Amino acid sequence: MADYILETKDLGISFGGLKAAQNVNIRIKKNQIYGLIGPNGAGKTTVFNLLTGVYKPTAGTFYLDGEELKGLPQDKINHKGIARTFQNIRLFNNMTVVRNVMVGLHDQPEFKCSVLETILRLPRHFKVEKAMRERAKELLRIFDLEEERNNLACNLPYGKQRKLEIARALATNPKLLLLDEPAAGMNPHETEDLVKTIRFIRDNFDMTILLIEHDMKFVAGLCDEITVLNFGTVLAEGDTKTALNDPEVIKAYIGG
Amino acid sequence: MELFLSTLINGLSLGGIYAMIALGYTMVYGIAKMLNFAHGDIIMVGGYIIYVFMALNNPLLAIFMAVVGCVLLGILIEKVAYKPLRGASPLAVLITAIGVSYLLQSLAQIIFGSANKMVTVYDFGSVTILGVPMQVSALVTLGVTVVVMAALTLFIKYTRLGRAMIAVSEDKGAAQLMGINVNGIITITFAIGSALAALAGLFYLLKAPSISSTLGAMPGIKAFTAAVIGGIGSIPGAMLGGILLGMVECISYKITAIAPYTDAIEFSILIIILLVRPTGFLGKKRREKV
Amino acid sequence: MMFKKFNLNHYINYIVIGILTVVLSVITMTGGRLDSSLLFLLEKIAISIILAVSLSLVVGFLGELSLGHAGFMCVGAYIGGKVAALLEDSLGNGLPTFLIALLVGGGVAAVCGIIIGIPALRLRGDYLAIVTLAFGEIVKSLFQNTSDETFGGALGLPTPRFDKKYLFIIAFVLVLITLAVVQNFIRSKHGRAVTAIRDNEIAARASGINVTKYKLLAFTLSATFAGIAGVLYSFSNYTVQSAKFGYNYSIEILVMVVLGGMGSINGSIIAAALITFLNTKLATVLTGDLAVLQNLLYALILIVIVIYNNAPALKSFRDRYSLSVLWKKLIRRKHDPATHKDDEAKWDVVPTKIEMNEVLSIDVVPPEAKGNTGNGGDD
Repeated sequence: MADYILETKDLGISFGGLKAAQNVNIRIKKNQIYGLIGPNGAGKTTVFNLLTGVYKPTAGTFYLDGEELKGLPQDKINHKGIARTFQNIRLFNNMTVVRNVMVGLHDQPEFKCSVLETILRLPRHFKVEKAMRERAKELLRIFDLEEERNNLACNLPYGKQRKLEIARALATNPKLLLLDEPAAGMNPHETEDLVKTIRFIRDNFDMTILLIEHDMKFVAGLCDEITVLNFGTVLAEGDTKTALNDPEVIKAYIGG
Repeated sequence: MELFLSTLINGLSLGGIYAMIALGYTMVYGIAKMLNFAHGDIIMVGGYIIYVFMALNNPLLAIFMAVVGCVLLGILIEKVAYKPLRGASPLAVLITAIGVSYLLQSLAQIIFGSANKMVTVYDFGSVTILGVPMQVSALVTLGVTVVVMAALTLFIKYTRLGRAMIAVSEDKGAAQLMGINVNGIITITFAIGSALAALAGLFYLLKAPSISSTLGAMPGIKAFTAAVIGGIGSIPGAMLGGILLGMVECISYKITAIAPYTDAIEFSILIIILLVRPTGFLGKKRREKV
Repeated sequence: MMFKKFNLNHYINYIVIGILTVVLSVITMTGGRLDSSLLFLLEKIAISIILAVSLSLVVGFLGELSLGHAGFMCVGAYIGGKVAALLEDSLGNGLPTFLIALLVGGGVAAVCGIIIGIPALRLRGDYLAIVTLAFGEIVKSLFQNTSDETFGGALGLPTPRFDKKYLFIIAFVLVLITLAVVQNFIRSKHGRAVTAIRDNEIAARASGINVTKYKLLAFTLSATFAGIAGVLYSFSNYTVQSAKFGYNYSIEILVMVVLGGMGSINGSIIAAALITFLNTKLATVLTGDLAVLQNLLYALILIVIVIYNNAPALKSFRDRYSLSVLWKKLIRRKHDPATHKDDEAKWDVVPTKIEMNEVLSIDVVPPEAKGNTGNGGDD
């Protein structure tokens, strides 16, 4: 067991000449809720994209639980244990809620079933299908979505769509969950609910969570530690309160 | 030497036609992000308009009418068939475009019948250069193509409208926020592409004075191939791809052993290029935002 | 346990086609006379259904456009026909010859599917369309220019005589097999992965789906069945001519899929049967220059149906009056929704519209723009 669940070493990427992120060093301990904040265009989502394999880093590397994951394709990184949600919700809109979660369960070892077995409708197909559905329903229950399970994902209200995306990410059984602006567009009541849900996930799924968020109250109330990015580089890091009160950070946010 | 020179000129002239059509594809693809399958058939419509107006025996009028007619048709297609689908899936747009292509072909066949129509726009005759007899029409085609392309490049680089087109192709949302009329730009793009297609129709008639409803189908597909080879969305790429494909076609026709396989060779090049260099020779890599 | 939940909707197409096949077979076997032109039409319908159902896998469920379906069929027809001709002397004209031809023809088409799929599926959808189109033309041109001894050249490959009386039975058995394979694939975790890719490729990748593998799998499966349809074609006709398998034929199959409603297997079946029937009937009515009216009809079908099903402006209208919505209302009247706990249902109600990424959102403000900046990520 490594000291850190996630450790990035001088992680960076440049598009042409533009350095969208550079020398990003983040260390997250197990069961932490870790915040990644910064002004618009600071490179937060870029870091997420690097960690999930959407972009290949042009500099540095990163380790999940001691294992280097740099350069792996997105699906492999997910199998290794990093799952994410998206800033602009990405659900399988024309599929039902329960099936959205079942897609997340697709590659879990206990649900293995070859193409031939499904085409020939061997008993394992039915067994796996039933087990997947049950597991998906359990997950949906946690997020209070069980009643909605047979509705199309696109017909869910916004807040529930966000929850469904988290449920789907959890279904892939990750070690590290990346949440990209989970509270965006939520009303105060929904945000409060979300805080509870995220804590619940940490406690009951033994999860480590890295999240991007703009709502400072949300971050201050939820995150154990944070990293502040600005112009693709780390501006401050550490304990949430201290980092938020760093004069450099205040300057970057208010503008100076 | 004689063979070399005549193949070179023919290849360049055919390549010029392909480049002309490929430009229409590549501009529409760059700006509306769609493959306008019906583009090739606008060539055919241009050819038929020339055929109709040549009854008045005035080549310049016929060409003018063809350009105007194709521009109007291009705009009409965009407004009626493609615009309602903006925001829908690319697959839906693509299938509609195929439908439009089919519609134009069958309408032409209904109006003009399935037999080929013969029309001689203008007989340029032939000249002998360096002891090689050559069709003047091929030289004219080549010349006009070069001029049109130069003009188009200058237009896009140095006019407000041209720069607005570049902006729209880069980022529609941002362009709209900058006050660019995105719908207007798309319409103009279709208009320019269709005008080029009309000229391509003219060049085909100069090459061989016969026209049928499927005149534009194969050249259309090949020109799209050229656009992809050169790098879709890139104007110099369309020229390069067009010339390359034209040369390959002419050379292949000259070699008896492989002549029947010319189409297969050209399409194989497409598949190989996509395998080795998916963005084509001059295309830019496009990043999808996540 | 699993047999308790027998859902008629899942099996209705097998049942209808099965009953039809049995009834017609009984008529033929008991000496009833089925007109040979009717038999030929039945074979043609079977071929069309196999083609449409297999193309629907790629177009309707994977959300990619293949314009080379006739090309794969062409490969199957020539290879299958040739294999049958070679086996004719040793094995005769019976079922063994047919089955070997079927396996080889389908297999070669599958290999072609893999070869074409690997480069094309890495690219955006439009490229797949053009590459498959190119593939179809290459295949056509290659077979057209072969020497007369190998594949018959421009005159076409003569195919072995097969007992025509029973071919349609085999054809319909093949339809049932195609249906079973394609439907079982779609209604499984693997099919779910394929539809997930169609709905949102980026999210599918992030959820651990191996996108390349599933695209290739669906594409190859589709090509295989096109090849099988081709083998069937070579046994149903006296010669195989590559000119028949051009772009136009691929479009005809596409029309069936679009008319049937993308993502609906039963729709594809009905549309395939209908169009094949109409084609045969229209061919006798519309001769000469009028024959083109048929193409005009196809063109209008493609344009009108696709715009109707996909235009964002028509969404509210569709939500109220589309067939699937009306159907659901009809069913809901029968079942009380409170007691409705069948999670397995609704496999067939995969919506006909396909929302992929917000590629063309120009007029509409993208839904994700609620938060901060314009569209997309913050970088």
